[in-house]
Parts: sequence; structure tokens; C-alpha cells
Amino acid sequence: MFKYVLKRILWMIPVLFGAVFIVFSINRLSPGDPVAASLGANYTQEQYDRVEAEMGLDKPFFAQFYEYLKGIVTEFDLGTSYKTKRPVAEEIKDRFPVTLKLALIGCAITICIGIPCGVISATKQYSIADYIVTIFSLIFASMPGFWLGLMMILLFALNLRWLPASGLQSWKSWIMPAIAVGISSIATITRLTRSSMLDVIRQDYIRTARAKGQSEPKIVVKHALRNGIIPIVTTIGFQLGTMIAGSVVVESIFSIPGLGTLITTAVSNQDYDLIQGCVLVLAAVVCVLNLIIDILYGFIDPRIQAEFSGGKRKRKNKVN
Amino acid sequence: MKRKSDLNSIHEKKHTSKWTLVWKRLLRNKLAIVGMIFVFVVVFSSLFANVISPYDYAQQDLSNTFQYPSTEHLFGTDNYGRDIFTRVLYGGRISLLVSVTAIIIALICGCFIGVCSGYFGGKIDGLLMRIMDVIMAIPSFLLAICISAALGSGVRNTAIAIAVGCIPSYARLMRAQVLGIKNQEFVEAAYMNGASHLRIMIRHIVPNTLSTIIVDSTLRIGACIMIISSLSFIGLGVQPPTPEWGSMLSAGRVYIRDFWPMVTFPGIAIMVTIFGFNLFGDGLRDALDPRLKR
Repeated sequence: MFKYVLKRILWMIPVLFGAVFIVFSINRLSPGDPVAASLGANYTQEQYDRVEAEMGLDKPFFAQFYEYLKGIVTEFDLGTSYKTKRPVAEEIKDRFPVTLKLALIGCAITICIGIPCGVISATKQYSIADYIVTIFSLIFASMPGFWLGLMMILLFALNLRWLPASGLQSWKSWIMPAIAVGISSIATITRLTRSSMLDVIRQDYIRTARAKGQSEPKIVVKHALRNGIIPIVTTIGFQLGTMIAGSVVVESIFSIPGLGTLITTAVSNQDYDLIQGCVLVLAAVVCVLNLIIDILYGFIDPRIQAEFSGGKRKRKNKVN
Repeated sequence: MKRKSDLNSIHEKKHTSKWTLVWKRLLRNKLAIVGMIFVFVVVFSSLFANVISPYDYAQQDLSNTFQYPSTEHLFGTDNYGRDIFTRVLYGGRISLLVSVTAIIIALICGCFIGVCSGYFGGKIDGLLMRIMDVIMAIPSFLLAICISAALGSGVRNTAIAIAVGCIPSYARLMRAQVLGIKNQEFVEAAYMNGASHLRIMIRHIVPNTLSTIIVDSTLRIGACIMIISSLSFIGLGVQPPTPEWGSMLSAGRVYIRDFWPMVTFPGIAIMVTIFGFNLFGDGLRDALDPRLKR
């Protein structure tokens, strides 16, 4: 098991390195000129050269990349926002917890709604409940989260006045953003749970469990769901990444002070270093989350445990 | 000569019958038909937007702003007095144009990478797939934000921004397909006949992956439209005055307290389009490969 975890952690290093390289090159090879942008309309050639040297943009591409990478690795320096003149890392540090919390609440909602709906839909295949769940998951899958957010504001905040339209004053303010962030994932997880459960439920061991007189809920939870959940766990990890990315738009609707609003303001200010930093941090977070999911996956799926552990564990697993 | 033409006609017959079979299976699937109707309506209305609507999408009428839906203006008018219905129709044109362009770009690059990777295997495969893994590690929406911010807005740049994120999944898909096909007898036979690698790839392998590509692309259009509208909503992507669903929603957001049509109709348009493409894609997948049906 340790070997598996170690292998996964080591693989993250080249992935993160590659991600930094890609994002950095996109930024540097873009047609915009950050030196001219920061100088304004009137400047002399000397001024231009001085600022260019200050920003380190006179060096060759790979030297610039090396500097940037060194900054990140040694002191987590992601550059400076040219608008607020604050270090990008600090800006992100202030806002990141909010985004993570939003994505995690969205994920919790996804799990709490998606898995039970999928299980009901699979155990009662072709019933009215199944049709309702299927149709709703199809509709939710095609609904943009930010539009659902707007519609919820229209209904629950402006007409019914049940929930606040923006800000983060109380726990009530988290409800609508979390649903908006999680909506498409709820649909995905529901559909996946349904198909995964349908695959499992026809297996022989389910029939055996029924034959030995085990209660239906126990069969569903202990025998069917336990085996059917493996692909679901992987997908939840992937969905968490999508939710973090999706929170960029949703946050700006509900004016939540997270990374999303930071990115949207950075976009309107054309603050490239800030955009680059935010995207990198979010990508890194998604990588780490995927890593955690992969490790979890190793614990859930005995086959992976068996593959990466010695003979003793293998036998132990079999006994279990 | 006669025999050859006979063979050709037999070949043609067989060829059409496969697609007729798929078509028949597709027609048996009710959800797929619903999807097909939605897709048809969206494509038709955006292609013939200028015929369907008597208004111009940029025509302002400041004496007629914030009109609620009526027979004259089906979806009402926006803050500049422009007809929202017309703008939604033209918005479909932009969304479809950008997503199809993005998919074509991604398809060409992704297929090339995937086919090379699967066909040659070994070090080339390892290297290409690791690069794809890295691109995949960045969520595609974030990658699109990054590229779009660097390149600037506009139809072409948005299409590129979205395409880059789609390349790895096409490459992986094609690689898996090629691995399944490349050891089959007809590829060996082609090789024995002296066909070059390029010819084998283009003439013998790629045509056999066509159905998978079609299904995947149909399902992907929905995801692309979602990204385009999100990008435009946060101020990247396609910018006003070009009518785009996302930027229309963004413009309507300011007036959400007093005027609901501006934030409602473009969203419904996005939903209907994605819904249609998803249903159609699902149906197409089931029709092309009944074994996959769940």
C-alpha cells in the first residue's frame, strides 16, 4: 500500500511541473505586452528597457521560466498583482478557504443527493421514481450552474425572500451557491450510481445474499453499494475539480469573496500574473484532491491493495 | 470490369445498410428523437435567424427598452430596446460556430496525437501520453480562462481556448481505439501489401474509429457550449455587441431585480441546446454500439 501511495505522490511532481510550464508559456507567448501595459501611453525607450529589466522580461524564455519556478518552489512567490501591487500568493491565501469550503459543501450536497437518487433509481428500475430521477438528472446535466444561480436568486431571494442574494452573512448564504456549484455533478453522480448499481445488482452474489435471507436494505448497502461505489468515488474526485473550476463563475454571481471573484476581477483588469497564479493554485489543488481520491481508491478497492502489497497482506485480504 | 462494378455495388449496399440500421435503431429510441428535434430546432433557428426574426440583433430602440414579452417581441426587449428573441437566435449561431470550430481543432490535433501514440507505441506513446496527462490535470475551464485571457476575446480565440482543453480526451480516446484495431488482420494485410504507415493510419485505422468520434463529438458540443457561455459570462470569450448567451446573461444580471426576461431566456436557450445534444449523443451511442447500452 505504501508503495502505491508513494508512486502516486511522486507522479504528482512532473504533473505540477508540466502544469506550471504550460500556464507560464501560455502567458508569456501571448501577444499582449505587459511592459507597455504597465507604463501607460507615454514612455521613452529607456523607461521601457528599465521596466522590462525590472520585470525580468528581457531574459530568454527559459531563464524567465527558471526564475518563476524557483520563486514558486523556494518561497511560494507567484509574482505581484500589477493592479493592487500585492503579492499574488497573499491575495490567494486570503480567498482560497472560501472557495474550498464552497466546493466541499457542493460536493457534500452532490453525495447526499446523487448517490441515494441513483440507488433508488437502480433498485426500482423502470418505476415512476426511476423515470423522475432520470429526467431530472438529464435536465440538471444540461443546466449551467451560473444560470441556475441567477434563477434561484430570482425565486428564493427576490420573490420569496427566503435566502440572501449575496454575501456570506450566515449559513443560509451558502445554500444557493453550493447547489449552483454542484448541480451538474449531482446529475453525473446520479446517472453513474444508477448504471454502476445496475451492473452490480445482477451479479450472482446478490442473488446468493437474497437466497440466504438477508434483508433488502442490507443487500443494497453492504453488498451492492460497496461494490458499485468504486467508479463513483473516482468520479466524485473528478467532479470536485470541476466544482472548484465552476465556482469561478458562481462566486461572481453571489458576490462571494473567493478565488473566483479574484479571477473575474483579474480578468477585467487584465492582471495576467494574478490570473496565472490563481489558475496554477486551483490546478494544484485539483491535483492534490485527485491524489487523495486515488489513495482512497486504493483503500476501497482490495484489488489495488493486493497488487501493491506483499504476500502476507494478500493472504490477509483473502481471509478478510 | 463488370465484376468490379458488381463488387462495388455490393460494397455500397453493405455500406448503406449499416447506416440505415443505425438510423433505424436511433428512431426506435424516443429520448434520442426528442434530442434530435431539439438539435434540429436549435440548428435551424440559428442558421435562419435572419429569416425568422424581422429585427436586427444590434438595432437599438431606446424608446422601447425593458418591454415584457408580447406578440411583438416574443421574449421582450433588453436595456437598449433590442429584441431579445432575435439576440437569442443569433446567439445560437455564435455558440454553435465556436463549439464546432473548437471541436474540429481538437479533433484534428487529438486524433493525430492519439493515432501516432497508439500506432507507434513505445517511447513516442509514453511521451505523448504524459504530456496529455499534464494538460488533463488542469481543469479544462481553468485552462480556457487562462488561454482566453492571454489571447484576448473573439470567436477564433475562444475556439482555440476551448479546443486545447479537449485535445487530451480525444487523444486518449483515439489511442484506445487504435490499440484495439492495429493488431487486426486487415491492418496486417495492408502492411503486407506494402502500404505506408501514413496510408494505414488514414485509410485503414481512422475510418474504423469514426463512429466513436462522432458520438464523442456530439456529446462534447454540450460541454463546449457550457464553457463558452461561462467564459463570456465572466467577460472573456465572445464580447458584446455580438450576441452570445453567456454575455447576454451577464448584461442582464444588473437588472435582475426589476426585469427578469433578460436573465431567463438566454439561459433557457443554453439549457435546451445542451439538453438536445446530450440526448441525441446518448441515443447515437446506443444506436452505433448496442452492446454499450445500459
